[in-house]
Amino acid sequence: MPYEAVIGLEVHVQIKTCSKMFARVAAGYGQPENTLTDPVVLALPGVLPVMNKEAIDKVIQAGLMLGCTIAPVCKWDRKNYFYPDSPKNYQISQYDQPICLGGFVEIELPGPSRNVMGEHKKIPLTRIHLEEDVGKLSHGVHDSLIDYNRAGTPLMEIVSEPALHGADEAFAYLTALKTVMIYGGISDCDMEKGQLRCDANVSIRPAGSTKLGTKVELKNLNSISFVRDGIDHEIKRQIAVIEGGGTIVQETRDYDGQTGASQSLRSKEMAHDYRYFPDPDLMPVKVDEDWKARLRAPLPELPFDKQRRFMEKYRLPYTITAVLVRDRELSDYFEAAARLCDKPQAAGNWITNDLLRDLASSRQSLADSRVRPAHIAGLVKLVEGGAISSNIAKEVFVEMFATGEMPEALVERKGLKQSTDTNELEEWADAAMAANPKSVADFKAGNDKAINAMKGFMMKQSKGKANPRLVDEILRRKLAG
Amino acid sequence: MSKSSEINIDYVANLARLALTAEEKSQFSQQLGDILHYIEKLNELDVTQVEPTAHAFPVCNVWRDDVAEPALPVEEALQNAPAQRDHMIAVPKVVE
Repeated sequence: MPYEAVIGLEVHVQIKTCSKMFARVAAGYGQPENTLTDPVVLALPGVLPVMNKEAIDKVIQAGLMLGCTIAPVCKWDRKNYFYPDSPKNYQISQYDQPICLGGFVEIELPGPSRNVMGEHKKIPLTRIHLEEDVGKLSHGVHDSLIDYNRAGTPLMEIVSEPALHGADEAFAYLTALKTVMIYGGISDCDMEKGQLRCDANVSIRPAGSTKLGTKVELKNLNSISFVRDGIDHEIKRQIAVIEGGGTIVQETRDYDGQTGASQSLRSKEMAHDYRYFPDPDLMPVKVDEDWKARLRAPLPELPFDKQRRFMEKYRLPYTITAVLVRDRELSDYFEAAARLCDKPQAAGNWITNDLLRDLASSRQSLADSRVRPAHIAGLVKLVEGGAISSNIAKEVFVEMFATGEMPEALVERKGLKQSTDTNELEEWADAAMAANPKSVADFKAGNDKAINAMKGFMMKQSKGKANPRLVDEILRRKLAG
Repeated sequence: MSKSSEINIDYVANLARLALTAEEKSQFSQQLGDILHYIEKLNELDVTQVEPTAHAFPVCNVWRDDVAEPALPVEEALQNAPAQRDHMIAVPKVVE
């Protein structure tokens, strides 16, 4: 029997702020253990939490980018549980009044081939709420150790509807969500640093059925590839259980990306009862239209919207737009270069081929690059205007990449300009014909290719600087005469 | 949930991580029941015209700017910990 998978994702994204959600101490990753705490983080007696406005601004911006409805009023609730990752014995979260409702993530599925755009879908969201991250535990042989550096970091939980139907869709969803978050400056989404974490609820049902099957929650999917592999593995596992006559039990499973296997997590706790109640220490948040408008103004164009615009406005091929829009800085860089030279396709080629290749091989970021959009535009203009050949341009690129010298100055200084001096070209053409009598005869006898030997002679004489178009023109005129 | 007979004292005690004697269970069941019964009185009020609120004061949007202030030195942060190792708080192992 064919089965259909139904997947919902809960994605936690740390919001990029200087300080923590309700505490004034700095938020950060990679600091020595327990050096990012203060009395609020440690829940010492008498402390009170105070909201970080920046975190609220950013979660609203995230919601606006994802088409959510921003709740006019939301509040904070305490999620009560005993676990040493939270020194308060509760986590401040949002239960029944999340800040963002609805919305969607636009995803692109793999296309029929690498250079063809795949199908786009809108995956609906249930909600986004804001909460505080918890401390990090590491487990020794006899005890567990706690680092509270992460505790209190602003964290949003983005919950999708159970609307994904395969591992590829989950992969596309996370990739798209991550790109949007990075575009908006909401988070850096570095999974290795725990800035983006994903849990997946996976169930299967007979294809065509509308009833949801029993779901299994997958945890510890700590890279986007592991999310795909883990879900793929879980779908196969569930199908095997059902086909073997078994039933799926609701449980939480841990997927190990290294071994590609999952195991049930034995929970010591009984069924969760978090006894949520409104946090009396924190006042509600009211968001009015003015506030939303202020936050909406600086938001960037969404990646897929930008890609469609690049394809239409600049007539760029899909593959180039896919590379450019993946990174907001790169796409801005491209647009600046395209504007300066008015040759978007040439600029796009230089950036996606030469610039990215040399940045990768020299391990530089775009921000480090000495080659700025004006360099790219200058180079494009030199080639398009016929001042240098595309072969010479490649050499110019390598040199300006290393030194940052402007291409116009570099070409001038090194005398790389194509010779368009017709007197000089005429002389070289005469010499070429004199040196290749056989080619002249062959050409006149109708062998068009015989002209290449004379062209080669002229290019050599000019040290590559002769303009190929003029060389061809002059030779043909002389040979016809 | 307003009647004391509906209070599952074992469940409530477990959630609060309290170990109660049989005597305490009976005593606290009675007391919690009385509290809930007292709170029941609120249901006698007509609040159909009152907007629900989580707070007694009509105050909202209390926040601060995103400016980081110094952290506690790690020695101070950990001084109340019953056990510590490698600048971390050590607790009984929480996973199998």
